[in-house]
Amino acid sequence: MNENILNSADSHNKIQAITPQVIAEESDTTSNSPSRKNNSGLFISAATVVVIIAVWSLITSLGFIDALYLPSPLAVVQKFIDVSINGYADATLWQHFFASISRIFIAVTIASIVAIPVGLAIGINPVARAIFDPLIEFYRPVPPLAYLPLIVIWFGIGEFSKILLIYLAVFAPIVVATAAGVRHLDPIRVRVAQSLGATRWQIIRHVILPSALPDILTGIRIGLGAGWSTLVAAELVAATQGIGFMIQSASQFLVTDLVIAGILMIALVAYAIEISLRILQKKLAPWQGQIH
Amino acid sequence: MSRLSIKNLGARYKTQILDNISLEVSAGDFVVFVGPSGCGKTSLLNFIAGFNQPHTGTITLDEKLITGPGSDRGVVFQQDALLPWLNIIENVALGLELQGIPRAARESRAKEVLALVDLAGFEQHKVWELSGGMKQRASLARALAANPQVLLMDEPFGALDAFTREQMQALILKVWHKTGKEVLLVTHDIEEAVFLASELLLMTPRPGRIVERIRLDFGARFASGESARHIKSDPKFIEVREYVLSHFFTNRDTANEREYS
Repeated sequence: MNENILNSADSHNKIQAITPQVIAEESDTTSNSPSRKNNSGLFISAATVVVIIAVWSLITSLGFIDALYLPSPLAVVQKFIDVSINGYADATLWQHFFASISRIFIAVTIASIVAIPVGLAIGINPVARAIFDPLIEFYRPVPPLAYLPLIVIWFGIGEFSKILLIYLAVFAPIVVATAAGVRHLDPIRVRVAQSLGATRWQIIRHVILPSALPDILTGIRIGLGAGWSTLVAAELVAATQGIGFMIQSASQFLVTDLVIAGILMIALVAYAIEISLRILQKKLAPWQGQIH
Repeated sequence: MSRLSIKNLGARYKTQILDNISLEVSAGDFVVFVGPSGCGKTSLLNFIAGFNQPHTGTITLDEKLITGPGSDRGVVFQQDALLPWLNIIENVALGLELQGIPRAARESRAKEVLALVDLAGFEQHKVWELSGGMKQRASLARALAANPQVLLMDEPFGALDAFTREQMQALILKVWHKTGKEVLLVTHDIEEAVFLASELLLMTPRPGRIVERIRLDFGARFASGESARHIKSDPKFIEVREYVLSHFFTNRDTANEREYS
């Protein structure tokens, strides 16, 4: 095991991987007025959103485009309120939302529990790497929609198939990121632990896992993105609830305002989760980007 | 009495990097290996630490054969190797934590050692909040906290500025004097070597050999209260320093060697 870590001459990969963040952090801390810069960035972002909504309102209110293709922002909001009270396809918006978010949550949780040990094993042990690496690299580039029919043939159209599809999409990025995190490990850290009398397991627990933690969290963030994109595909499989199902069903009846409301909802939720994970990453790995 | 014993140690990778090294380290010795790059001094230290295995010969500590790394040999590395997810006291207490010692006991031990290296009050600091010299002191404290029998230091002050270096030399002599542990230190700074060593070993490359051993007492004089400037301007000190310098710089082929470590 040690051989593998000590011999991995990946230090230049490590530098590439951390450089953007280091630079970002540096410019943050060395800038004379970091808070002012951040505020103006926030202001520009907010202004951009306002302008887009204004243009959207203008186009629709002037009647350039049929509401069937592009309903007004107000119509979308009204539909949103209507669906959250009266529901759509025998379920309220919140039930659809809950169905989707719990699928994602279950898939990501199970994927993390399995993928982190597998990624650590790939990074640490050449045998584990030889076993898992080709398998993961083989299925990883295949779009989930391509193997969806096979999953349906094998496992039917139940909840299991949907979660499995999301799970498969989330699993690979977490494994790959975890294994990369292990390979970026500074071999000196392993020697530190060894010279303090650490056992194999203690080295993994006290050095390798915490060293790889920032990469693991990045893997989970990327995995979540993949999970959301697969969600809609998963909910094509005879779902009766879920945001993806709702969008799909609404499109078939040309309820365009609901389609847009559903898309915005996924975007907002995914964005909120991404931001919370970034905050979590800062909390759990505050040393990242520090010059030490 | 000899504690650490090296017998006929040899190692070769592409070339012979260490050839027939034999060495006895007595209790309380401060052994300094000095030599140009490529003389195998760092490799030798890594063999003693157990990170690598020599191809021939044996290393024993208190008659016990060294086959791998262990907590009986504390190591201070060239660059600071503190773990950034732990604060300073957690870093220093890491060895004790690995041994399964309860938190209260290991933290009180860590505090003692931090005080010994003049880092009292920095227990809760993050690694990146410390200067280079402070980080090396914390690394020294971490090695000491696990209570090793010998202390191995691989160019521990190499990355520090001249001012901090002098402070660190004084500190390591204080620690050596107080703990009475054997210290084995690798350096390419000849003045540092002459100042610190009780046993100075001159090494030459291709193949790495110990060519001369010199018993010295400058470090001991400093530890018993004489000032560093007084010692370093002592004609005796200058004589030894010049002798060692001339030893390396008449040997023309020692320049521009690669370090095989």
